[in-house]
Amino acid sequence: MDQMTLGLQLSVQGVLLGGIYGLIAVGLSFIFGIMGIINFAHGQMIVLGMYISYWILVLLGIDPYLNFIAGVCILFAIGYLLQSSTVNRILDFPEAMQVVPLVAVGLVLENLILMLWGPDHRSPETAFNLSTIWIGKVMIDGSKLIAFVLAIVLTLGVFLFLKKSSIGKSIRAAADNRTGAVLVGINVNRINNFAFGLGAATTGAAGALLLPLMPVSPHMGHDFTLTAFVVVILGGMGNLWGALLGGLILGLAESLSILMLPPTMKQVVSFILLIIIMLFRPQGLLKGHK
Amino acid sequence: MKRLYVFLALLLTILLIVPLFLDKYVLGIFVMIFFFAYIGQSWNILTGYTGHISLGHALYLGIGAYTSTYLAQTYGLSPWIGMFIGGGLAVIISMFLGFLGFRFGLRGVYFVILTIAFAEITRLLVSHIGALGSFAGIFLDFSPSFKNFQFRGNKAYYYISLCFMVLAVIVTRLIETSRIGRFMVAVREDEKAAESLGVNAFKYSMIALGISAFMTSLGGTFYANFIYYLHPNIMFGMNFSIELILRPIVGGMGTVLGPVLGSFILTPLSEISRVYFSKGGLEGLHLVLYGILTVLIVLFMRRGVLVYVKKLLNPILKLEGESK
Repeated sequence: MDQMTLGLQLSVQGVLLGGIYGLIAVGLSFIFGIMGIINFAHGQMIVLGMYISYWILVLLGIDPYLNFIAGVCILFAIGYLLQSSTVNRILDFPEAMQVVPLVAVGLVLENLILMLWGPDHRSPETAFNLSTIWIGKVMIDGSKLIAFVLAIVLTLGVFLFLKKSSIGKSIRAAADNRTGAVLVGINVNRINNFAFGLGAATTGAAGALLLPLMPVSPHMGHDFTLTAFVVVILGGMGNLWGALLGGLILGLAESLSILMLPPTMKQVVSFILLIIIMLFRPQGLLKGHK
Repeated sequence: MKRLYVFLALLLTILLIVPLFLDKYVLGIFVMIFFFAYIGQSWNILTGYTGHISLGHALYLGIGAYTSTYLAQTYGLSPWIGMFIGGGLAVIISMFLGFLGFRFGLRGVYFVILTIAFAEITRLLVSHIGALGSFAGIFLDFSPSFKNFQFRGNKAYYYISLCFMVLAVIVTRLIETSRIGRFMVAVREDEKAAESLGVNAFKYSMIALGISAFMTSLGGTFYANFIYYLHPNIMFGMNFSIELILRPIVGGMGTVLGPVLGSFILTPLSEISRVYFSKGGLEGLHLVLYGILTVLIVLFMRRGVLVYVKKLLNPILKLEGESK
């Protein structure tokens, strides 16, 4: 394969990978945009989504592309309960104390997963596992393409929900001005519960869509959280489309870094990118909250 | 206050005598209590007093562990000297991190992410350096002698770690009562207000970070020579960073005795439940309980357990005049 095709192939892979990164990050960005809270348990929620999807696939034989609904529902419930039991109480805390409980929730989820499913890596067979499409000399991985398209659909869905539905409007109102929202009769706590539930639900979908792409193990959570941080900070905290854009840039950067670095070092590239963006453009590429 | 010192001296005396009656396993638990109290105290100096949250403190721990071990294995340098070289290295790296973080105004969550990113980059780099064992990690040879920082049985480790912990408590107390400490607290409470009154927030944040990194790194050397095995995913991993901040948070951040108390509560719980539950095939359960406990403590005892213990002991220790 000549250098040109290799570059093209890596770019295509980078874009597809970027869509997946966007998918990983949407929920984190959403929750931050609404409540100004960083969900440090984000990655563990994705892993939980993967295991739920895995379980349904193995026990009932339903493919992840259909069974992600289950993960969405379960994680919505978990997010809703988490917000109503814990996060609503810490919204006014100093930042140090906001970080800690969510880190602890991540710890709880990670180890619950470890207890339920054991420490082994698992990679299930699905119908889409090996399907590939060739365009000229460039190979496109079928399951990555589906994940990419669904990432865009999902972001669009969340975006439209926020813009058009009445709950979405209340969520935005509560995010804009909490006191004002209370004054016009919005039950802010319940709206927050719903918002966190929705953010968590996207991680359930992300988990199911990631399942065909990589083997799942209980300790992957931190990696997802960190990737999501990089993506969200690149694109702009709280900006949904920023998450997609940040994902694309990160995907391309990591994919093309293979030309120069060993593949296991690609995360170094993303962390350096993260630090540079935080230092020089902390609001992200698309304007987010700071 | 005088009674508190008498009380602490009494406790220390008990801790000095007690190893004569304990077996190796219990001594091991005590070593972990002192070690985590020490590391928690080091983290507390930064986060408890200046309010800059570090979730990447495993970085300094790893630097300390790897530097002294590498120097010992390659040049035969005693870890007693190597740990200060590691400490110096940790200070240099922490100064770079602090410069980026404090100069560019990364606050709150952004600073947290910066500390995580530094730890992760180092973890990945160390994983690719052959001289540091790369992915396989380093096994330390066991050749017990004082020079090698390695000892048979746990008694020596017990006294060394106790010494570490007591020194950390004294250092923290000295900082707290000094001008520097008061400036650090001013930065924590309201950085802008402190600066408007002429406190150099940057300088005092950097001092706190430097001291904290140096102390954590010394702890890393101790840990390496107690565990005998280094792996980048453990020494630089985020799990270690999380593990080491739980104790000071539970005990009480920004207090001198909080991290120690937190370690005395959580470490035995973690060690005993780890052994107990892993027998039944429930290896993650102790961390689940741990996480739930932390959430509950943050929700209902925001200032840590120490405040309640102080109230409880007040009739005996007569602290009322001192603490508000």
